[in-house]
Amino acid sequence: MTPTVQKAEVVLRLDGITKRFGGLVANDAICLTLHRGEVVALLGENGAGKTTLMNILFGHYVADAGTVWVRGAALPPGHPRAALRAGVGMVHQHFTLADNLTVLENIRLGTQPLLSLGGAAKARAKVDQLSRDFGLAVHPDARVGSLSVGERQRVEILKALYRDAQILILDEPTAVLTPQESDALFATLKQATARGLSVIFISHKLHEVMAAADRCVVLRHGRVVGEVATAATSRAELAALMMGEALAETQVAPGVAGAVRLALDAVSSPGLRGVSLHLRGGLITGLAGVSGNGQAALADLIGGAVLPTAGVIACDGAAVTQWSARAALAAGVGRIPEDRHKTGTVADFTLAENTALETYASRFARAGVMNWAAVRAHALSVIRDYDVRCEGPDQRIRLLSGGNMQKLILGRVMEEQPGILIANQPVRGLDVGAIAYVHSRLVAARDAGAAVLLISEDLDELERLSDVIHVISAGRLSRPFDRGALSRAEIGLLMAGQGFDHAA
Amino acid sequence: MRLEPIAHPSLARQLGLPVAAIMATVVVAGGLAALAGANPFAVLGQIITGAVGSKFAALETLNRATPLIFTGLAVAVAFRAKLWNIGAEAQLYAGSIVAVLLGTGALGGPLVLPVSAVAAMLAGAALLLVPVVLKVRLGVDEVVTTLLVNFIMALFVSYLLEGPMKDPMGMGWPKSAALLKEARLPRIIDGLRLHWGFGLALIAALTVWLIQTRTTLGFEMRAVGQNIRAARFAGMPVNAVLVKTALLSGGLAALAGWSEVAGLKGHLSLDLSPGFGYTGIIVAMLALLHPLGVVVSALFVAGIFVGSDAMSRAAGVPTYIADMLLATALLFMVLAILLTRFRVVRG
Amino acid sequence: MDVARCPGGFGAPQRDGKSGPSQKGHGMEAVIDILLSASFWAAAIRIASPLIFATMGELICERAGVLNLGIEGIMVIGAFAGWIAVYAGLPLWWGVGVAFLAGAGFGLVQGVLVVPFGLSQHVVGLGVTLLATSTSYYAYRLALPEVTSPPKIEPFAIWEVPGLSRIPVLGEALFAQTPLTYAAFGCAALVAVVLYRTPLGLALRAAGENPAAVEAQGLSVTALRMGAVVVGSGLMAVGGAFLTLSAFSSFFFEMVNGRGWICIALVVFGAWRPGKAVLGALLFAGFDALQIRLQQTPIGAVVPYQLFLMLPYLLSILALILMSRRAEVPAALMVPYAKGER
Repeated sequence: MTPTVQKAEVVLRLDGITKRFGGLVANDAICLTLHRGEVVALLGENGAGKTTLMNILFGHYVADAGTVWVRGAALPPGHPRAALRAGVGMVHQHFTLADNLTVLENIRLGTQPLLSLGGAAKARAKVDQLSRDFGLAVHPDARVGSLSVGERQRVEILKALYRDAQILILDEPTAVLTPQESDALFATLKQATARGLSVIFISHKLHEVMAAADRCVVLRHGRVVGEVATAATSRAELAALMMGEALAETQVAPGVAGAVRLALDAVSSPGLRGVSLHLRGGLITGLAGVSGNGQAALADLIGGAVLPTAGVIACDGAAVTQWSARAALAAGVGRIPEDRHKTGTVADFTLAENTALETYASRFARAGVMNWAAVRAHALSVIRDYDVRCEGPDQRIRLLSGGNMQKLILGRVMEEQPGILIANQPVRGLDVGAIAYVHSRLVAARDAGAAVLLISEDLDELERLSDVIHVISAGRLSRPFDRGALSRAEIGLLMAGQGFDHAA
Repeated sequence: MRLEPIAHPSLARQLGLPVAAIMATVVVAGGLAALAGANPFAVLGQIITGAVGSKFAALETLNRATPLIFTGLAVAVAFRAKLWNIGAEAQLYAGSIVAVLLGTGALGGPLVLPVSAVAAMLAGAALLLVPVVLKVRLGVDEVVTTLLVNFIMALFVSYLLEGPMKDPMGMGWPKSAALLKEARLPRIIDGLRLHWGFGLALIAALTVWLIQTRTTLGFEMRAVGQNIRAARFAGMPVNAVLVKTALLSGGLAALAGWSEVAGLKGHLSLDLSPGFGYTGIIVAMLALLHPLGVVVSALFVAGIFVGSDAMSRAAGVPTYIADMLLATALLFMVLAILLTRFRVVRG
Repeated sequence: MDVARCPGGFGAPQRDGKSGPSQKGHGMEAVIDILLSASFWAAAIRIASPLIFATMGELICERAGVLNLGIEGIMVIGAFAGWIAVYAGLPLWWGVGVAFLAGAGFGLVQGVLVVPFGLSQHVVGLGVTLLATSTSYYAYRLALPEVTSPPKIEPFAIWEVPGLSRIPVLGEALFAQTPLTYAAFGCAALVAVVLYRTPLGLALRAAGENPAAVEAQGLSVTALRMGAVVVGSGLMAVGGAFLTLSAFSSFFFEMVNGRGWICIALVVFGAWRPGKAVLGALLFAGFDALQIRLQQTPIGAVVPYQLFLMLPYLLSILALILMSRRAEVPAALMVPYAKGER
């Protein structure tokens, strides 16, 4: 990219930042510099310490050691306000907007003395100016609750620009965007750097980093393990740095198609519009799409959490009449939920109790009386067979790492030998080892004849594992495509909702 | 400041903090006594002797604990499922009304007691069912509705006692007629002023404990309380669980009123409960919602009340000190319990 | 904790000396007579005043994300503290100030436990109600150990707005009130202006909706919520003080009588908006004033008085049911916030 950036003024310097949470060292003496007009990518796996580092930079956390320097001045730790004053603006992964307020109100929040009046007209003019300058169109009086995800991200960026941010930090900004929307975001960033802003952008997606960043800092296990100019590196090198080993892209052998286990025929439900889907035994069916386009609705529908408002669900050829989570479980549907913490487990329950959440009545009770000995024995076998690292079945699950929690859920589901398996974002937030393990289990379930539905926002994951891929957009489902039948660009267009009318 | 979870709290922490909470309450008690111009040590001593210092005092404490065990259980069962039943006071009165309705001549023979106990439980359950159905169907917050029902119930009882249920021989006092002999709970031991309501309360505590730990319903109640989304996702019939919880909770609270009428007072009057329903919340919280712990904490709370009454007569410290101490103990205790699991760290 | 055991309506005893509704006539006629009398409307506004203070206090707390179940006890401590201050010789307005501070003090206890420590707002709120109530009673007994009939103070006098109070019915009702009633309406207007016209109000509304948004903009959620609970509790206490300093002129046990819980219902009924909440309080007070008067009519001779006294509580439940589907609850109400978590 631009070789001159190295000579520009240093606007931000992180110096020896260390942060521990209990026994875990989330950040270990991290150093990082950012120059004026530069885009630096902070690359690393989930759990590598990227978000912690940014929370320290922004004053949400206080570092145990180290200093943040902004244009030569040390930031006082623990004060988001100080970071904002120094011209650091942050766009969080989960937007920090109040839905009940308008765009303008969200932008003005915290920018004026608390007990002052007026200033609305000036603020509006400035927001208008900024949206024009940076190509961030959004209506200032719209309630944020009514905006699309892309629009919300624009509001977040406007919030930072409104405060005259000189340094913009974006935490996983593309997770919620289509490939095309991501390109538009990168164009905005180019405009911003051209105006002298500096950008740190956090990601674990290699192709984005290669496309958008000038320089790349790689974190692993809380440490900086590499720093390279993107012009002088390759995806493979970055991946190796990130993972700590050369990435072995094991190819998954195709599955052998069996009978249709679950069929949806023109099914609608809150969030789904006339979806038709056939899940065949022996295949992994991938579902691609930007988050929030109906994936959760589809998982809820098949999992029995919601009822269809129209259309027919058929299990093994027979239309179902009574549908509920219990009915789905009885019909052999196994569900790996999207959110392990909120829906998958009960944090204060023991591991044993958590393994029995779905089957306590059907498998571990007689006449309403629980057989705890059987629950415990079952939990022990799940812990052993699925390699759950823990103190034992009586430990509370809240203390488990994400990977071990997911293995327990996997075990709970797989032990029922489901004929249909819904895996919704099964590897989100896991480390490499756990990801490989979960993937191998999904493939094993497929090879054992299960019909697997894999929902993911990661196209790499989908393309590697799926035998068939559907794209979902705004509650509509594309027709199925065989693995490799579509290019990234074509999938991107479908994700953006184009080409459905003749594709469906 | 920030709270950081402690993976393995030390035993010293787990025991020390609750003890510290009790000690802090005792210090507050001493301070309050000193404010009233009394000797703090003497006052504490008088509270203890007043509660357990004699056979009479101890029996009085047991009798006072009886309704508190029932209401404490009612609250513990409901709160465990995060069903905020603040209406135990009203459910208590519902039970007491049934005791009078069936015990003053409507029924006779040996079946009066069991029939009226079951009917009382049904009445209490029905009373809580309304707010719970409103919660489940319409999303109406049950805290406020159950609280408001307490006031409605108090007025309803007042109406009954001045109207249809008024004792014609009561010389104008708003109280009901006395229960028949066979509708009264017998004493556990002849000659000792302790009725079988206390025994029933212990049985109820044991039953609730068995339900919570040994049955699918107990498992469901705990799951719904801890994480309603996970419970729903796992296929648990969440609404049915809430309704069953309400039935159990309302029924238990009603037994408090039923046993006070059938065991202790023998009739219904407006001062049947000095807030047993509300105090049940404290009893349950001090017991960390554990049904067997409820028995212990009910005895503790009853002791404070009975002891404070006696102390007040002797030392001239207002009896309201008991309520203040319980409120203080409750607030200190919830904080102490939190700090057994989290430590406060900077940043 | 107290329950409504003593019969006694919400309305203050009539002090204006104007004639009540006529005793003759039948049901409907009696109602119309009442509705046309200035004394009825004056009473409605008077009954609404403490509710307006306390409802505004609760509304501020809930808008910032904290359900304040301490309200009932905080009203008691306000009623007591205001009264004892005046009884001890302080001027009436000082009494109001003392009440505010007492309420704010208990608000501070509640705030510390539920905001930085994130303890259950239900449990702490009920605990604070018990603590504030019993503290009031204990202190009352300490101050006046032997008293059986509560001593009186000289309460706020009616201040007639010159000219306006001469307007028949409306003027007589609106502009012949005590200064504390005018202050109640002023307080509601101030709360509305702060919430909707100042950056502080913006921050409070955001804190109850998405605290992370507030923190990301450099404001402290903890400070905002603490402030809301402390100030809100102060206002609740002033609502309680209205009862002793403007309505009843003495302090007696169980005088708050569930008003706090009703205010929580009024916040829901008002959809968390100050204007609508004031309307709700007036509507509610109107029904209360009506039931007091109906008791003296032929209807009152047939219907037991307890049914009239139940009306406020029944109405509150009805209000909750009616609003259950429509209201926009602050999204982060009752959700504790820990910095850095999202």
